[in-house]
Amino acid sequence: MNIMIVGVGGQGSLLASRILGRAALDAGYAVKVSEVHGMSQRGGSVVTYVKYGETVDAPLICRGEADVILSFEQLEAARWLPYLRRGGTVVTSTQSINPMPVVTGAAVYPDDLVNKIRAKGVKIVAADTLAIAREAGSEKAANVALIGLAGEVLGFSDEALRAAVTACVPPKFTEVNLRAYSLGTQNR
Amino acid sequence: MKQLMLGNEAVARGLWEAGVRLVSSYPGTPSTEITEFAAKYENDIYAEWAPNEKVALEVALGAAIGGGRSFCAMKHVGLNVAADPLFVSAYTGINGGMLIGVADDPGMHSSQNEQDSRHYAIAAKLPMLEPSDSADCLNFTKAAYAISEQFDTPVLLRTSTRVAHSQSVVELSDREDVPLRDYVKDPSKYVMMPAYARGRHVTVEKRLAALREFAETTELNRIERGADNKIGIITAGTCYNYARECFGDSVSYLKLGLINPMPAKKILDFAASVERVIVIEELDEVIESYCRALGIAVDGHNILPNIGEYSTELLAEKLLGKLPEFDVLEDAIPPRPPVLCPGCPQRGFFYVLSKLKLYVSGDIGCYTLGAGQPLCAMDTTLCMGASISALHGFNKVRGEENKSVAIIGDSTFMHSGMTGLVDITYNQGKSTVIVVDNSITGMTGHQQNPCTGLTLQNKPTYAVSIEAVCAAAGIAEEHIRVVDPYNMSEVERVLKEELAAECPSVIICRRPCALLKYVKAQPALTVKADKCRSCRACMKIGCPCISMQNGKAHIDGALCVGCGVCEQLCKFDAIGGADA
Repeated sequence: MNIMIVGVGGQGSLLASRILGRAALDAGYAVKVSEVHGMSQRGGSVVTYVKYGETVDAPLICRGEADVILSFEQLEAARWLPYLRRGGTVVTSTQSINPMPVVTGAAVYPDDLVNKIRAKGVKIVAADTLAIAREAGSEKAANVALIGLAGEVLGFSDEALRAAVTACVPPKFTEVNLRAYSLGTQNR
Repeated sequence: MKQLMLGNEAVARGLWEAGVRLVSSYPGTPSTEITEFAAKYENDIYAEWAPNEKVALEVALGAAIGGGRSFCAMKHVGLNVAADPLFVSAYTGINGGMLIGVADDPGMHSSQNEQDSRHYAIAAKLPMLEPSDSADCLNFTKAAYAISEQFDTPVLLRTSTRVAHSQSVVELSDREDVPLRDYVKDPSKYVMMPAYARGRHVTVEKRLAALREFAETTELNRIERGADNKIGIITAGTCYNYARECFGDSVSYLKLGLINPMPAKKILDFAASVERVIVIEELDEVIESYCRALGIAVDGHNILPNIGEYSTELLAEKLLGKLPEFDVLEDAIPPRPPVLCPGCPQRGFFYVLSKLKLYVSGDIGCYTLGAGQPLCAMDTTLCMGASISALHGFNKVRGEENKSVAIIGDSTFMHSGMTGLVDITYNQGKSTVIVVDNSITGMTGHQQNPCTGLTLQNKPTYAVSIEAVCAAAGIAEEHIRVVDPYNMSEVERVLKEELAAECPSVIICRRPCALLKYVKAQPALTVKADKCRSCRACMKIGCPCISMQNGKAHIDGALCVGCGVCEQLCKFDAIGGADA
C-alpha cells in the first residue's frame, strides 16, 4: 500500500505519517516512511511517503504508484495528482492556502479543483477538515480528521486507526483527536 | 525489540548501543536529528552543539585520543569546514573509536550544492560505510566502532537525505559496556609535525592495505544472487532500494556497505559471474570509476545522470524503458516555494534593504529566503560565513561601502562569520555588517547556539555576546547598533547612518524567531476595506497572510501574528488591530 501525505509546511503531515506508520507496524507489515525536513518546511509544498506491505524496498513513491493521496490542501492534491495510480483515491481537505506567486499576482489559484480532479475519473473524497477539527475542539486535530475522512481507504479498520491515533498523540490530546477522527468518518 | 525509526534516530541508537561517550556536532540538514536523538541518552552520552563542524570534529578527535568512543555529525558541506582535522585524523589515528557522520543531499532539498562526500574518504584515506535504511544505520554505526578500533582509524558514515529522513524497522539491543581506554603519551602518533608525520604516512598506507583485505571478507559487502546471471548490479546506500524495487529478484546484486576502500577481488569475481554489470550510484562516478580501473566494462553514468536524486521511476525508464501512467490536470499549478514565515523578524528589514537598492552579501540560513520574490533582497549566497568576508573583497575592489551590506544570522556569525569581521577591522575596511539575531538556529529546525544561553539539552549556560565579540574585533562601540527589525523607520535611519560612516560598523537586528514557543503572537491585524485604496504597498513584503480579495487587501487572521510591518507600509491607515 502506497500512501502520500501532501500539504503545506507546518500543517502536521509528520504526525499523520507517524499514525499510519504505527498502524502498519501494529498490523505486522514491513513499513517505510519518508519525510523531508529543513528548508522546505517553511510554507513550501511538502510530501511524506508511507509504504507498507509484506516487503518494502524504496522509501519513495513514484508517479502513477500511490494508492491514496491524503491532502491537507486542495492545490497540493492537484500538484501531486500524477503520483496517483489509475483507480487510486484522493482524500483532501477543501482548505486552500495561496502560494507566494498567487499572493504577488504572478500566478492564479485554479478554481473548482475537486470537481476537475473528479472529472478525470479519479475517486475523490473532500471535506473541510479544518472546520471538522474546530468542531472537535482544536484546529490542530485537522490531520486526524483527515485520516478519519479517509478511513478504510488506507487499508486499516477504524478501530486500528483509532488505536494508532491513541498511541501517537500525547494523552491530554487523545480525546479531542478521537473526536476529530469520528467527525471525519461522518463526512465520508 | 522492533521499532520504526528515522535513519538519523537509528544512528543515534547505534551510538548508544556502541557505548559512545561523546557527541559534538553542528546542525545541518539532513544530519541534525542524529545529535538531537543522541542527546536524549543523557545519562550515558555527553552531547553538545559546537559552534562549527571543524570544532565538532576536533572535539570528537580529542575525546577519541582521550580513550572514549566519540562521534560528530554534519551535512556534506560541513565536512568541507571540518576537512582540516579530518585529514590529519587519518594520520594520528584514534585510541577510543571515532565515527564521523556525513549526510549528503542529492537533489539539494536544503543545500547550496550537490557534492559527493565519498571523495573525502578516498582523499583522506579513511574507511567509509554507507547504510541503505534504518536497520543498516544502526548496525553499521556499531560495526564502524569495531573497525575504528581494530584499524586505529576514524571511520566515516555517509548517509543521504532519503536514508537520514526515512523511517524503517530496526531491532534494538542493549548498550555495550566499553570502558574508557588508558591514555598513553605518544608524540610520534599524536604530534603531527613533519618528523613524526612522515612516519605516520607510512602507517596510513599500511592501514589502507589492511582495510582492502578486510573489505574482501566483511559482511558489510553482500552478494545477493538473482534468478539468472544476465545482469549484475553494483550499488550502495539508498540506490540499493531503488534497484531492488525496479529489478526484484531477477538480477544479482553486490551491495557495498564499505564503500572505501572497495573490495577489488570481490568486484572482479562478481563481474565475472554475470553477463552485464550495471553500477547504480547517485551523484559522481565513484564505484564506476573504480570498476573501470579494474578493467571491468560497466554501464552506469553513460545511461544514468550524475545530477539530482535517483528513483525507482528513473531506473525503470532508463534501464527498462518503462514509463509511468498517470492523470494530470490541464490547469497550470502554481509553484509553492518556501517563504519567510508570518511574523519573521527579517521581513521588514529585507524590505528596507530592497527599497534602498543596496548590494546585499548574503549568507546561509532562513534569511536566504529573502532572495526570493517579492523582496529580492540578496545579491550573493555562497557558504557559511562568506557574507562578511566576501563583502570585504567586493568593497576593496569597488569602494562601494556606502551602498553595500553583509547579512548574517546569529548562529552563522558564531560558526565562521566573526573571522571575516576580524579581517575587515584588521585590514581597515569600512563595510557595514548586519547580524540578524533571532536567538536560534532557525533553518535546521530550532537548534540552540552559543548566543542563545541554552545548551543542546535546553539547560541554561553562558551566552556569548555578539556585541562583545564585535567590540573585541575592533568595531567602535558607537558603531555597534542594536535595532528592532519590526521598527522599519528605525531600521532605515540606523542603516543610513552606518552606511555613511567612514569606519566599519555592525547593526544587530534583534528579535527572536516568531516560531519560538516563548514568543507570544499579538492579535491578528485586519484591513478596513473602506480605507484600503488597493495600492498593494502591503503586498511588497511578501507576507503569506496578505492577499487581494475583491480588489482590497485582506489579512488571513488564522496566520497573522500581528507583527505590524504591513501596518507601517500602509499610507492610508487601512491596517490595524482587530478593533480598527
